[in-house]
Amino acid sequence: MQRSLNIDPGKCTGCRQCEMACSYENEKVFNPSKSRIRVFTFDAEARFVPYTCTQCAEAWCMRACPVDAIRINLGTGAKEIHNDVCVGCKVCTIACPFGTVNYNADTGKVMKCDLCEGDPACAKACPTAAITYVDANWTGLDKMRMWAAKTDSAMTAN
Amino acid sequence: MGWAGKILRVNLTAGTVKSEPLNMEWAQRYLGSRGLGTKYLMEEIDPRVDPLSPDNKLLFATGPLTGTMASTGGRYTVITKGALTGAIACSNSGGFFGNELKNAGWDMIIVEGRAASPVYLHVENQTARLLPADDLWGTSVWHTEEAIKAKHHDPQIRIASIGVAGEKGVKYACVVNDLHRAAGRSGVGTVMGSKNLKAIAVRGTLGVRIKDFDAFFRATEAAKAVLAGNAVTGQGLPAYGTQVLMNVINESGAMPTRNHRDIQFEGAHKISAEAMAEKRPTDGKANLARNGACFGCTIACGRISQIDRTHFSVKDKPQYWGASGGLEYEAAWALGSNTGVDDLEALTYANFICNEQGMDPISFGATVSAAMELFEIGAITTRETGGIELRFGSAEALVKLAELTGKGEGFGAEIGLGSRLLTAKYGHPDLHMGVKGQEFPAYDSRGIQGMGLTYATSNRGACHLRSYTVASEILGIPEKTDPLATDGKAGLVKAFQDATAAFDSAGICIFTSFAWTLQDVAPQVDAACEGDWTVEKMLEVGERIWNLERQFNLAAGLTAKDDTLPKRLLKEAAKTGPATGRVNDLGKMLPEYYALRGWSPDGVPSNETLARLAL
Ligand code: SF4
Ligand code: SF4
Ligand code: SF4
Repeated sequence: MQRSLNIDPGKCTGCRQCEMACSYENEKVFNPSKSRIRVFTFDAEARFVPYTCTQCAEAWCMRACPVDAIRINLGTGAKEIHNDVCVGCKVCTIACPFGTVNYNADTGKVMKCDLCEGDPACAKACPTAAITYVDANWTGLDKMRMWAAKTDSAMTAN
Repeated sequence: MGWAGKILRVNLTAGTVKSEPLNMEWAQRYLGSRGLGTKYLMEEIDPRVDPLSPDNKLLFATGPLTGTMASTGGRYTVITKGALTGAIACSNSGGFFGNELKNAGWDMIIVEGRAASPVYLHVENQTARLLPADDLWGTSVWHTEEAIKAKHHDPQIRIASIGVAGEKGVKYACVVNDLHRAAGRSGVGTVMGSKNLKAIAVRGTLGVRIKDFDAFFRATEAAKAVLAGNAVTGQGLPAYGTQVLMNVINESGAMPTRNHRDIQFEGAHKISAEAMAEKRPTDGKANLARNGACFGCTIACGRISQIDRTHFSVKDKPQYWGASGGLEYEAAWALGSNTGVDDLEALTYANFICNEQGMDPISFGATVSAAMELFEIGAITTRETGGIELRFGSAEALVKLAELTGKGEGFGAEIGLGSRLLTAKYGHPDLHMGVKGQEFPAYDSRGIQGMGLTYATSNRGACHLRSYTVASEILGIPEKTDPLATDGKAGLVKAFQDATAAFDSAGICIFTSFAWTLQDVAPQVDAACEGDWTVEKMLEVGERIWNLERQFNLAAGLTAKDDTLPKRLLKEAAKTGPATGRVNDLGKMLPEYYALRGWSPDGVPSNETLARLAL
């Protein structure tokens, strides 16, 4: 079964454990600036929003890459960067409508979320379950359950 | 590893910056942050120096766990000789600045001298520059952060700065980072202002390395599970913040009220955590918007609050309508119970101003309350206050004085003196409620005896964060002791002081100690750092740091005479609550404490003690 990252900003406290976990997983160092997931703080609105690649089925980044460096991992469905192929042209960073592919000046390659081969470090590190790794076909289940709980069984359509 | 291995030395007089290797031998003996910074300060300045002279130095120090996945590992400390106290000052802050500094590859910044005109320090990884700050001088912390990010086209810069309070010499000015996190006490921001240093702006992308990742991951995971499973760190703090204490301490009869004249506040329920979470009738919103975390913290005690837009304090001031750092227990107490004000929105506004202009809400609130007492006994009148009716309970007076003091204007300039100088100026030094010039925090030591000894012996002046015996005496952590008893408190205070120094020096938040002991911390430090970091070594380092701070103070001219409490707490009995009829029995605890410490009856560490600690 394919799985997806499911992000619930309402639960996020802005602690950045996810960013550290992601940077360690990918770079073997604690370095939030190298994290594939970023947490945004909207201070005056009291909101924290974690944001990363949603692994589009028809991925713009993958289609834009002139050298085929971005490929689908058939197991996880992740669009993965192949560093040995990537030439660092950054076309994918322009193509992605969400900004979730970014250039890494230290390596001369791009970086994006690859779902950690099906074992996402960010989700494991998150203390509030703001990031979970759920059935890709049922990312709406939590919200459905929430609304279901609010629905009065005695209520009828008429 | 754990340490970055580098110090950035900035000389403001000469306008130079340079990189130096960290003294790794000292790192083994003082760990980092509080301990290591104090060692550097002790070696580099004459403790008798005037805190506001160019010869004083100002250190920004991270710990070995800062910037790692250890829970709460994002903290830094500002160390200097305190402007408020003339004693060692060491103020700890969370937020995101500490991690950024460590990620830029620095364990510490040492600031020396004084700039001829206002400057800020811009650090981008291993490059550091001093830049003019004339256009930032005279502006708030909030404006400074925004302006620096805009100027460098980089929203990811993290900034620690002073507001107008620090520029104007308010004695208890703080260094504020990330808009509302502060190295709050003892006037560390005042020292920064005296150096003409407006801000330190950092962007760090180098990463933090540790010794043994597998062991580190195991240790941090286990320690995080301890925090999550603990009632205080797993439930109380995330839900209520430190404000969880308001009703508890009030019921214990240990809530200083109206400059410590009373010991319980009738309005406590109106300014408590529960009140913050209640929906307001005016706009249907609660004061508390949500909780937020400092970098790396799995507790997330931070309060993010919004003020009622129709409240008199913010009407027509849209800049205060957004959410920002809300009331922690200390601020709610100092601005509220201690001034007799029970208007939650007014307190939140005064707290916003403290963040915006960079001043310590504890010392500010306590100085206002001392001024209110001076006013009520007729020692000052509206002539001195510039027309302000300075009565206990007046939200209008509190709000007005927050605005004036933040900018060092009018009677606010006198409130900015702190309560020791203010009460002395008007002939009533006995009304200064503090130790070594620093105002008390939110626990009355008549109702919690151990806190009297804590305050009297705290190296940075009255403070709850040096040995929080409230944990034992009220909350029963790690075990319950009787708050009204003095027996055993000397040992309790010493044990808390030594362990706390070790926690602080690791780069983590002391709130973890509601759940963690050094048994939880040592394995994390050991996996991150070279050296054999056992619980025993951590404790020894903690005790060494405590004695080093003491040596600094003795060399600065403080003596055992300064290890005391105001007459009010030693002579005037508590009027209500469980402690009715009690004063603080400091005299019963202090000699035993000196003996346990291995100090002479005059409070001087003996030669054997110094030799044992290799000092
Ligand atoms: S799944 Fe892995 S790569 Fe993607 S954001 Fe999470 S930790 Fe980073
Ligand atoms: S780890 Fe979870 S709570 Fe912390 S910042 Fe990331 S998503 Fe938010
Ligand atoms: S417990 Fe609170 S103060 Fe401490 S690091 Fe966490 S959020 Fe910050």
